Amino acid sequence: MKLQNSLKALAVSLPLLALGACSSTSDSETAAGTGTTSGSGQYGANGGVEMGGAAQVLSPEEQQRLKFQELRKDSVIYFDFDRSEIRADYADLLQAHADYLVSHPNVKVLIEGHTDERGTPEYNIALGERRAKAVAKYLQGLGVLPSQMSIVSYGEEKPADLSHTDEGEAKNRRAVLVY
Amino acid sequence: MKYFTQGLMVLLALLVLPARAALDIVITEGVDAARPIAVVPFVWQGVTPPPSSISDVVASDLTRSGTFKPLDETGLGQRSIGQISDFNLDDWRNVSAEAVVMGTVKPYGQDQYLVSFDLVDLVKAQMQAKGPQPKTEYLLDSRQTVISAAQFRQYAHRISDIVYEKLTGIRGAFLTRIAYVVVDRTQPNPYQLMIADYDGYNEQMLLRSPEPLMSPAWSPDGRKLAYVSFENKRAEIFIQDIYNRTRQKVTSYPGINGSPSFSPDGRKLAITLSKDGQPEIYIVDIASGALTRVTNHYAIDTEPAWFPDGKSLVFTSERGGRPQLYKVELASNKVTRLTFDGEWNLGGEVTPDGRSLIFVNRTNGKFNIARMDLQTRFMQVLTSTRLDESPSVAPNGTMVIYGTTYGNKQVLAAVSVDGRFKARLPVGQGEVRSPAWSPFL
Repeated sequence: MKLQNSLKALAVSLPLLALGACSSTSDSETAAGTGTTSGSGQYGANGGVEMGGAAQVLSPEEQQRLKFQELRKDSVIYFDFDRSEIRADYADLLQAHADYLVSHPNVKVLIEGHTDERGTPEYNIALGERRAKAVAKYLQGLGVLPSQMSIVSYGEEKPADLSHTDEGEAKNRRAVLVY
Repeated sequence: MKYFTQGLMVLLALLVLPARAALDIVITEGVDAARPIAVVPFVWQGVTPPPSSISDVVASDLTRSGTFKPLDETGLGQRSIGQISDFNLDDWRNVSAEAVVMGTVKPYGQDQYLVSFDLVDLVKAQMQAKGPQPKTEYLLDSRQTVISAAQFRQYAHRISDIVYEKLTGIRGAFLTRIAYVVVDRTQPNPYQLMIADYDGYNEQMLLRSPEPLMSPAWSPDGRKLAYVSFENKRAEIFIQDIYNRTRQKVTSYPGINGSPSFSPDGRKLAITLSKDGQPEIYIVDIASGALTRVTNHYAIDTEPAWFPDGKSLVFTSERGGRPQLYKVELASNKVTRLTFDGEWNLGGEVTPDGRSLIFVNRTNGKFNIARMDLQTRFMQVLTSTRLDESPSVAPNGTMVIYGTTYGNKQVLAAVSVDGRFKARLPVGQGEVRSPAWSPFL
């Protein structure tokens, strides 16, 4: 799971993957995904020697970059019932995505809006679009170009959780950033 | 607009496959209030067994109407009678039913059968003074016709229509269909657009897709379905002919293309588009694709449905803060609010007589189907099931089919417009959503 996430992050960070809106199956696009670990504390098998190393001192910029890289692994923003406001706890997450998109103007992102099953399917299509637009507007406020973003609302048609419980429905009220 | 042929569609099977009945109606409430009626098993005059039983279908239809309750066979005054000449009033004096349906079926050549039936007004017969009376005095209807084995169910529905109309004065809706969406997430193409007879028989698949299918809506001639498909990873509205396997893409604007509803003359669709920012109501001319914008408001406007006269639409809007139903007159674009009770009211549909509104009401967080009299504004919640949505009214205005959740699964259910009769239509595999009742066929 963890490996899959980091592979995904790597795939996302490859600038050549500016494939546009149709790359919703980007999980499988991890062809170059080897060697993600940076060498500290590796053991040589021969001769019984043990190699040591000092922790790398990162500049604040590098620390920020690594933090955002970590944050971008998460691409789902959850919403309260019948609401489309971005909750404050997603500020860092969206800042990380915006930072990346601003520095990679060729990269495009598809923002999917989803709802829970309450209400009518047609109303939920409208609500899902409002959520996707709220995310797009937020990212635009952070400098992302409108031309980099497209949106689609699936309403209640593609639930992430099929349990029909309150916890499950909370997971269905979401916007998803798909690179 | 372009016609798409089957060969051009990748990953989409445009199929009309016959399938076994997947829907079986379970009546959950309201049988006690129904009117007793005698349906005598039709007399079969052949040597080999008959193709199927017409009288069983008639009895089921009358039961499912919520209006009638066919007697058990043991409660009948006579059995093995097929026409009024066999009817002996003395045998029926103590039978408490308002009418008797009887008939005969006999082979009539290669795959041909002569079906005849008589409908007797039992109450009138019982009220006659003793002594010989001409039986035509209480014969309500008598017909015969020649059908093939494949037409047995269809003709049985026709008989039910006649019986229902003779006894209630309301046209029967037994010769109708329903369209709905089945979502079977175990399949690689989970979303299926289906049609079936109103009772769930003769289920056929019209379209199967890896991406969502939504909002089926019938054309007034019962020949076409408009629906929303995400097959191209975006919402688009199509109209598909249910017989000849052709379809037309009607709109594919940026954003929402949703909630199609045919105008009474069948030439236009009322739809929701968000191409100009917010979801707004538009009317699209099907032949030309020309758009007319109906609403203009920064809040959500969606779910348009036509008044029967074609001059106004009912729609859902959040312009008052929460979803409520509004009416817009198309000549003037004048908007009036219709609903005020409860927290939300949405997904409205006008009954065929133009007098009532059927919709989804949210009260105390519960979503149920409700009816409001448009004159008096009196609102009645009809259902007590869970997460009710997508109500669709039968063409005779007596029954509403809707989507609900039962046993953690999305299923279809039906309720009479007076709220007394309730039934559930369970299914096998997958969830069933978005029912739409056809016009009279």
